[in-house]
Amino acid sequence: MSNKHIDEIENQMKLANESLPEKECSLFADDRPTTVGAFNKYYEGFLNWARSRSLWMLAFGTGCGATELRPLMTSRYDMSRYGIAPRPTPRQASVFVVGGYASIKTIKRIIRSYEQMQGPKYVIALGSCTINGGMYYDSYNTINRLDYYIPVDVYIAGCMPRPEALIAGFNRLKEKIRAGECEGMNEYVEKFDWYKKNQKQIIKDWNMPDYNW
Amino acid sequence: MEQLIKKIKGMVHLRAYGKQRDDLHFVTVDKAQLEMILAHLKNYEGFTHLAFLQAVDLLEEGKFRLIYMLYNYSTNVNLGVNVLIDRDNAEMNSIHKLWAHGWQYQRELHELFGIDFPDSPRVHESFVLEGWEEMPPMRRDFDTLEYSNRTFYQRPGRSTNDPAEYMKEKIYKNYPAAPVIRRDNE
Amino acid sequence: MSNLSSSKYRGYEADRSKYPEMKNGKAVIDLDSHKYTKIWQGPQHPGVTGNMSVELIVNGDEIVWAKTHVGYLHRAFEKLMERRKYIQCFPLVCRICVPEPDTNEYCVSAAMEDLAGITVPEKAQWLRTLNLEMSRIGSYLMWLGGQAGSLGMGAIAQWTVGMRDFWLDLFEEMTGGRVYHMYMIPGGVRKDLPDGFKERARDLIIRTRRLLSDVENTFISNALVKSRLQGLGIITPEMVDEFGIVGPNARAAGRGYDIRINNPYVKYDELDVKMITSTVGDAYARAQLRYNDLHQSLDLVSEILDRMPEEGAIQAEMPNLVNWKIPPGQTYVKAESTRGEHGFYMVSDGSEKPRRVFARGASYTHAISVLEKLAVNISISDLAGLMVSLHTCPPEIER
Repeated sequence: MSNKHIDEIENQMKLANESLPEKECSLFADDRPTTVGAFNKYYEGFLNWARSRSLWMLAFGTGCGATELRPLMTSRYDMSRYGIAPRPTPRQASVFVVGGYASIKTIKRIIRSYEQMQGPKYVIALGSCTINGGMYYDSYNTINRLDYYIPVDVYIAGCMPRPEALIAGFNRLKEKIRAGECEGMNEYVEKFDWYKKNQKQIIKDWNMPDYNW
Repeated sequence: MEQLIKKIKGMVHLRAYGKQRDDLHFVTVDKAQLEMILAHLKNYEGFTHLAFLQAVDLLEEGKFRLIYMLYNYSTNVNLGVNVLIDRDNAEMNSIHKLWAHGWQYQRELHELFGIDFPDSPRVHESFVLEGWEEMPPMRRDFDTLEYSNRTFYQRPGRSTNDPAEYMKEKIYKNYPAAPVIRRDNE
Repeated sequence: MSNLSSSKYRGYEADRSKYPEMKNGKAVIDLDSHKYTKIWQGPQHPGVTGNMSVELIVNGDEIVWAKTHVGYLHRAFEKLMERRKYIQCFPLVCRICVPEPDTNEYCVSAAMEDLAGITVPEKAQWLRTLNLEMSRIGSYLMWLGGQAGSLGMGAIAQWTVGMRDFWLDLFEEMTGGRVYHMYMIPGGVRKDLPDGFKERARDLIIRTRRLLSDVENTFISNALVKSRLQGLGIITPEMVDEFGIVGPNARAAGRGYDIRINNPYVKYDELDVKMITSTVGDAYARAQLRYNDLHQSLDLVSEILDRMPEEGAIQAEMPNLVNWKIPPGQTYVKAESTRGEHGFYMVSDGSEKPRRVFARGASYTHAISVLEKLAVNISISDLAGLMVSLHTCPPEIER
């Protein structure tokens, strides 16, 4: 295979980052994200058990569902007994709780925060408004289906879901992790172009890098 | 309050006056005289608190109605000053020199209604919308459902029902039908 | 004012030579000079109140320029309500302010009643007063936790947010909903009180007071809280008119404006509401004032429970609400929320849908104009405390 041919293939693997100004292009990675495969069966089973026992949640209240996270965090429902703790930055978090409706301005930040999280990472979507728009189905500023923009592992229905429902949702997520079914991160990589197309359809002023490491 | 209305009548051309409650009155004035009457109300009549400034789209008449809601702390009375402006190339004088938070409402009106306020600070900044390409969304002729269907992906399975039809079909289905009254002369 | 106080309380004189030059009342900031750093606080930041962000330029750790960005929660309620029938508006409006939804419900139903000329029966008015006052307690308890949490005192947030949950249980008994109630509908309220509600409410008042005495010892009279909040974010009496400041923020600056007293609605004219004011105007004065106001709300709830009539209609005679048409007109109804004047402006054109609804949230000026002014010359670490002490609530800004 000639060098030229290899260069072409490598260029196809690069992200364009077209919307960025030229002097900022070098600040962001242009490598495409890659999938992470499983280890051997027993070691992966142990890792999944460990992952499910320490879910660190990104404390980004994106909507009104964040109100019910506060009773969940504090003494009455106390989610730390399930091994769930809020973290202030996406780099330390493994669960993204999208608290309800996402307006266009917020979904931009949700995508950036989600991409900045380190794998393995999971998404829980609260409320009817992330499932099908809920009562904002005809609003011009809120999205209707969250799973078209980022992969969602667990939906919790309700407007807004009670803390008990949130605990049930977290436990469902744990079961899925232990069974090795939470492949949202790899799915995002495999269908990367489809997700990017959907994201760019609603975010008209796309002025951020295509992938945030 | 009657004295104040008389005084306003003497100062400007009072187009309409309405009393909704004892503590809520509405006056309508001309566009050119608005700044003068607002400054007078603020400085001499004690209406020092601007509760809000908003617009109503009167699509049928081709006008916008702006409402400056003032409040007097000593008499506990709200006074809404209404102004009608043209809907095409809507433009209004800025009040940011009278109230320091006036620019916020003007920025909002510029974005959501498309009303321009020349020389109001930061009026062209975005307030809630980022990268908006359609007409200002709060205008009456903007169809939000059509835009939502076109832009966002609807999950199939959502249905809407007219309550009266739905109740007739679901709840009163097995009820005996209403008697039909026949009139002989028909 | 704020520069004076911060240097006075911190015990050091700020080095003004590093500050940006002032030209025509505006600071000249040259970012390329590497003296200043531009950082964003929010929207993904645990120190902001809700989903909003502040763009800051800092010199060392002192803020020299601030700009608020809102709009992350815009759901276009006002546009959606133009597409809904009057009774369909109620599930929407309570979502405008999450910690205190009942003020929205009251304002919308009162605006509809005002336009349609409906009188609400006596008992329903008492129930509405009870509901409004209970929601104020819940909101204040959440605020206490937020203010303490912003200073790094997480334990107080654990107590007060946990206590708020028991008030939410009372709401659930009374209305069926935990956070959003949709209790007040045009013409009255949906349900009467359940059996034994008054005893449980009185019991909870006693438990809340016991908790508040702990909070007073650990928070209000704590030397650390005093040293951080005193002199922070001073609102002067001149600023109140200039920026349209309302609620506890204005009352702490000496302006006695409480809608429950000035323009009494529901049953507040028969209740013993006292005007609580302060003349200091800093964050600590606001914290004290809200703490006292919380005690007053507890007093008011027990007074309402004592004086509420047992019997009576809870609904006025109403037409069929599904196809209810309201005569044309415009009105503005306001109520005192924990953040200040919360009002709804409603225009009807005689059809079965509202023509225009505007929700005037009290945080609209507090979170943008006032915060941008007060944030200058304070330390970054105090910004979270300042935002919470203004009690900003982003969803009611952008609606």
